[in-house]
Amino acid sequence: MVLAEDGVLLRDGLTALLTRFGHEVVAAVGDAPALLAAVAVHTPDVVVTDVRMPPGFQDEGLHAAVRLRSERPGLPVLVLSQYVQRAYAAELLDSGDGTGVGYLLKDRVGQVEEFVAALHEVAAGGTVVDPEVVRQLLRRRRDPLARLTPREREVLALVAEGRSNGAIARALVVSEAAVGKHMGSILTKLDLPPADDTHRRVLAVLAYLRG
Amino acid sequence: MDPRYPRDVWQALTRPRYLLSPWPWRAAAYLLTGAVLGAVLLVGLAAWVTVGGVLAIVLVGLPLLAATVLAGLPVAALERRRLGWIERKRAPGAHADPSKPGAHADPSKPGAHAAPSKPDAHARPLAPDAHARPLPPDPHARPFAPDRHLHPLGPDRHLRSPAPTPHIDPPAPGLRAWLSTRLREGATWREFGHALLTACLLWPAEALLLLVALVSPLAMIATPVLLATAGGGREVKVLKVWTVTGQPAAFAAAALGVLLLAAGAYALGLAAAARAALTRRLVAPPDGGTRARVAELTRSRARLVDAFEAERRRIERDLHDGAQQRLVALTMSLGLARLDAPPGGPLAEQLTRACEEAGAALAELRELIHGIHPQVLADYGLEAAVADAADRSPVPVDVGFVSPLPRLPQAVEAAAYFVVREALANVARHSGAGRARVEGEYGDGRLVLEVSDDGRGGADPGRGTGLTGLADRVSVLDGRLSVTSPTGGPTLLRVEIPCEPTPKDGPCVWSSPRTASSSATA
Repeated sequence: MVLAEDGVLLRDGLTALLTRFGHEVVAAVGDAPALLAAVAVHTPDVVVTDVRMPPGFQDEGLHAAVRLRSERPGLPVLVLSQYVQRAYAAELLDSGDGTGVGYLLKDRVGQVEEFVAALHEVAAGGTVVDPEVVRQLLRRRRDPLARLTPREREVLALVAEGRSNGAIARALVVSEAAVGKHMGSILTKLDLPPADDTHRRVLAVLAYLRG
Repeated sequence: MDPRYPRDVWQALTRPRYLLSPWPWRAAAYLLTGAVLGAVLLVGLAAWVTVGGVLAIVLVGLPLLAATVLAGLPVAALERRRLGWIERKRAPGAHADPSKPGAHADPSKPGAHAAPSKPDAHARPLAPDAHARPLPPDPHARPFAPDRHLHPLGPDRHLRSPAPTPHIDPPAPGLRAWLSTRLREGATWREFGHALLTACLLWPAEALLLLVALVSPLAMIATPVLLATAGGGREVKVLKVWTVTGQPAAFAAAALGVLLLAAGAYALGLAAAARAALTRRLVAPPDGGTRARVAELTRSRARLVDAFEAERRRIERDLHDGAQQRLVALTMSLGLARLDAPPGGPLAEQLTRACEEAGAALAELRELIHGIHPQVLADYGLEAAVADAADRSPVPVDVGFVSPLPRLPQAVEAAAYFVVREALANVARHSGAGRARVEGEYGDGRLVLEVSDDGRGGADPGRGTGLTGLADRVSVLDGRLSVTSPTGGPTLLRVEIPCEPTPKDGPCVWSSPRTASSSATA
């Protein structure tokens, strides 16, 4: 994998962490142009990048991630950030088809197992959005999400975090069939066309993010 | 002030050596140029108005006639310059020029030699506020202006002009802005009045006085010479009225001429002083300095707000690059250590707690940084930042923008954002509202934002410093912030800021090198 992070301390720490979990970090770089170059050279299986990096210290990492995803469809990218923002998440998920993409607060690296699990999820083509983004969205009360019941919103939040129906059922202590029913209801309420289920789940999350 | 050098012609008149000083000649020169100026002006104005009147038939003349009002401007500029010939002291309270014009410095003030330019309070380009304030006694201790290019009147426009201009600089370049500024100024009309007065009344009086007080005595003094040359030694007419025959009478006439010349010198001095006082009242009123000072204060206030905003961004950056990065690294180390600790043991438990603490610290730090300067504002602009502020508000907020906002100057975006945030905080804190609404629009070169709620109203914008500070911030940008909040509600806060959209990926306004680069659209 290729890692882009401008803080030396964190870059080394992340490299150590990922190596420990059996991932090979082929390149660890400190800015967005170097990230693009490294991906071109190494063609990694997954990319992990910070949002705010030199030279502009704005959202170069995010733009690099979006560009990578449009240039190489299917390349899983996990974006880390010091703060989460719906706008960033939406831009990221809009790139490509919304699969194989993750957006997490940097804080999550402290919960090592969960972080690595999220990384695996992204690498396997899943979609992971930080619970903080979800929490920001839950504070909003706007259509069409207003049509969802609180329970359905809970389910959708967990979908956004990249969980399967089984995992959601376990988290909410309900049956998997109940989760399936909620999912169906959510998709209907969000006016999502019947299609491949994974794709519809992603679309639901996107609708969610756009609020 | 050094008593040896009179500061103006009034003072010079009281000196015993007045007749031997250059002052009478200065007064005469002042009146003579004034008379010539007035005569030329009369001819010029008459010609202009005639041409304008004739052309008025084909409408072209109307603007020409209207432009006559502006004739006062160059005349007044010239008059302010001429005031320097017979006055050395300028605005009330400003320090006196210790020297003759452009000559040696006052020996009683050794520091004056170190002055960077002419020691005239209005001429010094380095002190923007000297127009309205007496200088400190020590020339070395004069106030420091941060940037000489920010001098409100331009760095050297008045280097040799003793009287400050009462005009303000137009807010924008171009003829239109200049015209509308000038025509709305009282000074322009006063100066037009002065020009008319000069052309119609003052110059004949000046010419007459010069004839009586200067030319006639000189002619009398020349009587013996005239008698010897033109009169052939027999007879000559003095001033064409009085026939003189013989040298004794001629010398008597010359002696009388000398006496009259002396009296005339005083008359000239008095007339020049009166003329200067009148001119000063019309073309260089004392509030000219005040205007300049207000302009500079406005600018310095804007600089302060800019500096304040730049500082906020620097603090935000430092926290982001420093403490935040280290805390993330710390939580990661703790997380890794927890993996190594025997599961279920006391060490693992402690490490878990430490990890949670570090996580909480990170969350708090994140909120703090967001409060200082939200990154989303820099990255996505005002609309996204307002949506974000609405997301964070405990009271449900509807956000509606008539059309997508363009990116605006950072100072505008920041001021508008903080106004919205403060307004939403007030809604949550005081209004008891169940719902709030933020609406925004950009059009016709101005940004308008409205925050309304369905609360109980009765908000007093004067109470509390939050909105007052923000109103100041908005007014620095020439914007307006208004609050209407009748008892019983609803409360409506409205902010308007004139601004132009920034070009996409244009240069940032902040001078900080790290934020100066444009946002990459890789």
